[in-house]
Amino acid sequence: MEKQDLLRVYRSMKTIREFEERLHLEIQTGEIAGFTHLYSGQEASAVGVCDALSKDDYIVSTHRGHGHCIAKGCDVKGMMLEIYGRAGGLCKGKGGSMHIADFDVGMMGANAIVGGGPPLAVGAAIAAGIDGNGNVAVAFGGDGSSNQGTVFEAMNLAVVLKAPALFVFENNGYGEHTGDEYAVGAESIQARSAAFGMLSLAADGNDFFDVYEKTAQALEHARAGRGPVSLELQTQRYFGHFEGDPQKYRAAGEVEKARQEDDCLLRFRARVTGDGSLTEAELDAVDAEVLALIDEAVAEARQAPAPTPDDVLTDVYVSY
Amino acid sequence: MPVMNVRQAINETLHQEMERDENVIVLGEDVSGGAGTPSGEREAIGGIWGTTGGLLPKFGEKRVIDTPITESAIIGAAAGASLVGKRAVAELMFADFIGVCMDQLFNQIAKFRYMFGGKAKCPVVVRLIYGAGMNSAAQHSQALYNMLTAVPGLKVVTPTNAADAKGLLTTAIRDDDPVMFFEHKALYTKKCEVPEGEYLVPFGEAQLLRQGDDVSVVAIGRMAYFAEKAVDALAEQGIGCDLIEPRTLSPLDEDSIIDSVEKTGRLVVVDESPPRCSIASDLAGIVAGKAFSSLKAPIEMVTAPHTPIPFARELERAYLPGPDKISAAISKAAGYR
Ligand SMILES: Cc1ncc(C[n+]2csc(CCOP(=O)(O)OP(=O)(O)O)c2C)c(N)n1
Ligand SMILES: [Mg+2]
Repeated sequence: MEKQDLLRVYRSMKTIREFEERLHLEIQTGEIAGFTHLYSGQEASAVGVCDALSKDDYIVSTHRGHGHCIAKGCDVKGMMLEIYGRAGGLCKGKGGSMHIADFDVGMMGANAIVGGGPPLAVGAAIAAGIDGNGNVAVAFGGDGSSNQGTVFEAMNLAVVLKAPALFVFENNGYGEHTGDEYAVGAESIQARSAAFGMLSLAADGNDFFDVYEKTAQALEHARAGRGPVSLELQTQRYFGHFEGDPQKYRAAGEVEKARQEDDCLLRFRARVTGDGSLTEAELDAVDAEVLALIDEAVAEARQAPAPTPDDVLTDVYVSY
Repeated sequence: MPVMNVRQAINETLHQEMERDENVIVLGEDVSGGAGTPSGEREAIGGIWGTTGGLLPKFGEKRVIDTPITESAIIGAAAGASLVGKRAVAELMFADFIGVCMDQLFNQIAKFRYMFGGKAKCPVVVRLIYGAGMNSAAQHSQALYNMLTAVPGLKVVTPTNAADAKGLLTTAIRDDDPVMFFEHKALYTKKCEVPEGEYLVPFGEAQLLRQGDDVSVVAIGRMAYFAEKAVDALAEQGIGCDLIEPRTLSPLDEDSIIDSVEKTGRLVVVDESPPRCSIASDLAGIVAGKAFSSLKAPIEMVTAPHTPIPFARELERAYLPGPDKISAAISKAAGYR
């Protein structure tokens, strides 16, 4: 990768990290309403996949969607406004954290129904196939979502139709308070996906480069008309399932250890400085830029006007 | 009598009924939690609403079943087990997830008895956690009891306080028909006195929360609390209301509502769902048909608007019926000449 590419990747991962770490603090002030599921720890997964995509490719996301949105190019300030429930948010304050969408950048929406997204991605892939535009549709999902019937149906349909879809399963070890060891009956999500008859890959979800390379391989396969691909990513989430989760399912010291020894940003930094592609100073400069951006986004979101009661009634239909 | 909140009352009832009848089983996502996790601590959560805590240690994994995320199979399995002798109590963490398992609810569970000529019995209880008020947005806030009330073969229950939660859940578990048990997430912390030991509240008996001669107000679920506020404030201004909370939507205590309207001649219905094909419109239809000659004013419906549920605080507040809107509707009905 060229230097500017590496800087873009780092900026994207760092933006997600700071966005989420900051939200974790801001949520404690009580200013942010609703359920928020933070993505910290999984950045290399979202960015590894999305950096391999073009702007015209599609993604569908989950309840834990901030990382996917940022990685696909959603406006960070627009997202912050949305999460604060402001009129100027990406979805006018109507959706909130779990429903951010931006069709202009191929982001077809976060989804609060586990397993709701993959059939939609298959539909987008079918449409891309009809139009012959070479676009691929990516369905992000978690280990927990991989057990949902809608996901199985979507995978089989994609295989039957050879649809250019990519099913990304971010395995962070937990679906809420239950372990993947218990809930995923198969040997692995990768093994089960393979049984559907599709190319089934796996990568270290905390290693940007591994995720990127496997995604590139998957995209080549899908764009060549050889059908859908599944990609299981082993990763970790640093915060609770939702903000306020007591997290009794964790091992002692689990998150601290992950943050110190297997953090995707630290690993990226070590690799690119180790091989001389980037300097610490260059990366520090990105850190500073990102921090400033997040500060601004929060400050603006706090001040921004709320929607007005009349806005409840708009956007239900295109025409009625 | 001990004072407890709705959450505790539901938990106590599950404990009592599981103890009483070994055929009662509980299943759902994270009803205990912690399975297959590094800490190995079962009971990592006891249900995300805290209603199923303590069941696993007491009754074991065979009867307290943590499932993967798989609503169709949860509801189908609960139904299948109940067809062959169990009394399954399945939890849908959010009522909105009926979208995932609707076939099992309305093509399967609701129809067995009739389709099979009275040969089948499916004493399943589905606990559905519902309602707006927590900024959970469009897919985690809906009041969908109207959709299931529309389905013949299902019984639908909407408790509003801890005593009713206990009495109605006990009845639901012992009932031989499928029961859809709707728990409002914003009511879990409401406290009241709850009878000790065995306590059953029969289905099809509304409760009269306030008495008055001017207007009949029927309010569903959490709306009963908002209606109470409105009714009490209007009482001070000399407008007296009957406030009726149906408790069960199917079967429905039509008599209590009709009797009241025959006395007052004016009806306001308050419902958290959007207006079309709602419990509000259903009640309005029933009263218009059965108490037409008693009516002295158009029936007023106070409902959410015909929109999905918005996220932002200001929007959700505007979306939900509240005491002000209820008050205005009652005044309008009372003042109609
Ligand atoms: C249909 C449905 N069932 C259950 C839930 C509640 N829920 C939200 S997230 C979640 C766990 C998802 O686990 P996973 O797919 O591993 O994603 P992660 O949270 O780990 O990112 C559950 C059970 C839901 N939102 N939708
Ligand atoms: Mg997970």
